[in-house]
Amino acid sequence: MRMRRTALLVGLGVTLVLLCLVAAGTGQVRVPPAEVLGSILHRVGLDVGPLPSAPHGESALWVVRFPRVVLAVVVGAALGCAGALMQGVFGNPLAEPGVIGVSAGAAVGAASVIVTGAAALGGWTVAAGAFLGGLAATGLVYSMSRAGGRTEVVTLVLTGIAVNAVAGALIGLLMFFGDTDAVRAIAFWQLGSLAQANWAAVGITAPCAAVGVGIAVATARRLDLLALGDRSAGHLGVRVERLRLRMIVVTALLGAAAVAFTGVISFVGLVVPHLVRMVAGPGHRLLLPASALGGAIVVVAGDLAARTLVDYQELPLGVLTAVVGGPCFFWLLRRTRARAGGWG
Amino acid sequence: MRRTRTLPQVGPVEARLRVDRLGVHRGDRPILSDVTFSVAAGELLALVGPNGAGKSTLLGAICGDLPPADGDIEFAGRPLARWAPVELGRLRAVLPQRTTMSFPFTVGEVVAMGRAPWAGTRHAAEDDDAVDEALRLTGMRPFTGRVFSALSGGEQARAALARVLAQRTPMLLLDEPTAALDLHHQELVLTLARERTRQGGTVVVVLHDLGLAAAYADRIALLAGGRLVADGPPTEVLTADRLSAVYQHEIEVLPHPRTGVPLVVPVRPPG
Repeated sequence: MRMRRTALLVGLGVTLVLLCLVAAGTGQVRVPPAEVLGSILHRVGLDVGPLPSAPHGESALWVVRFPRVVLAVVVGAALGCAGALMQGVFGNPLAEPGVIGVSAGAAVGAASVIVTGAAALGGWTVAAGAFLGGLAATGLVYSMSRAGGRTEVVTLVLTGIAVNAVAGALIGLLMFFGDTDAVRAIAFWQLGSLAQANWAAVGITAPCAAVGVGIAVATARRLDLLALGDRSAGHLGVRVERLRLRMIVVTALLGAAAVAFTGVISFVGLVVPHLVRMVAGPGHRLLLPASALGGAIVVVAGDLAARTLVDYQELPLGVLTAVVGGPCFFWLLRRTRARAGGWG
Repeated sequence: MRRTRTLPQVGPVEARLRVDRLGVHRGDRPILSDVTFSVAAGELLALVGPNGAGKSTLLGAICGDLPPADGDIEFAGRPLARWAPVELGRLRAVLPQRTTMSFPFTVGEVVAMGRAPWAGTRHAAEDDDAVDEALRLTGMRPFTGRVFSALSGGEQARAALARVLAQRTPMLLLDEPTAALDLHHQELVLTLARERTRQGGTVVVVLHDLGLAAAYADRIALLAGGRLVADGPPTEVLTADRLSAVYQHEIEVLPHPRTGVPLVVPVRPPG
């Protein structure tokens, strides 16, 4: 078991690193992976390997490509981990961060900033609005579904649907009141893109993601127990309500950090944990880190495709992940049905 | 955060579980009222009674799932509310009526979950041993690598029992552990439970089969309409008149010709 765990994590890690080297070198200025690696090694003080030979290669890598690839890794890891976390907390394979309102709240926050033209934090204002919106919506869903010191999972999910619907209406209203530019900006924000990536965005997102993934992995064993149901988990010494609240906060942090600079990237949080579970089993000690790595791979690959599939054009990343993710999820659904009689 | 905590030492005669004038409500409706009994270390108590008598509610209150409206519940002399959840996980293991898993964990993984309360204590060293023993005792070893939710009802029941046994607690609270099982495995489960009491453990088990209760329990507590109707050794509690009244069905009680254990037989119309 330990062997398998290590093999899977190392395999995913190596895949991710190779993919990042390729992704960073691909674009209008082409840099072969060896030169990408050489450039990184030279920066950390090791004079090994070739430097980029293309004109402006070095600056293309460090100013444009690296922040974008690193942000893709961070966002993907946050989404993958948050999805696995939500599914574990709710004991429901259909859960994803969107269920507790993170994405919808973030979209409302971002849209409000775009329409009102607020610029208290300069270029950061949209990201800050999205982050706060995501946290606020999650807080709202959680507090509204609480009764008598407990949250019923079904109540929580249904409250999430209600809050998502209201958020959708608010976005519609904001688009109605906004001018043409604002409508366009909101529409693009909801399609998701890594085009705005820079080192500052990485600097804010990465610590949030690292803290979130770290807490999640540290809680993995207790998350396994939730699969027995709330009562049996409680009988084994888990303070279920406290654990659930803590994990919702962590998910809100991961989800809000992931969408703040990139907009909504759908289906990564839903599909990646399912694929990982097929290979690694449902144990969270492996599922959580593997889903983080898997999510990072999917988003880096998706972003690479988004910016290279069409010449001189960038496809919206969220559209791409949904186009691939939707059928993929359907396939998983059919497969699970055929094998184990579905998810009940 | 690593703590080592030993189990509370309880003498053989001192009550390990004491339920005193317990009342439990669901909404405004009283389900249980004025229930008093105690169970000592080394005792197997069977909770019996007709449907809706309050057996599972009583077990739920003892587990800490349902807050009492009146009265007290004490483990080893300490009120239930003053035990931390993880301490309770080391004191008593609970087998619910049904175990459903929301993800495809294997039997081995499910049984290992029973070891969770011991994480970080010196007893964590026994984890593999405890899981292995529980799988062996319940006959589930050949199923170790199988996915729990893909097993038959009876196999799931035995795997769930194995999880509870692996917890290695001095108390077992079992809610209808035999409901899904064939005759052989019913006997097996109660033999295991009685074995636990021989080693100084305490077992409280909700049963529907009065014959099983008579054969294995040291004491039987008979519930009807949310009240304790009788509490004592099987031969005293299981009388034809009392059972006929409680179950509203004419019942005969005959001593087994060889062992003298009461056999409970409903009177059936001939032919």
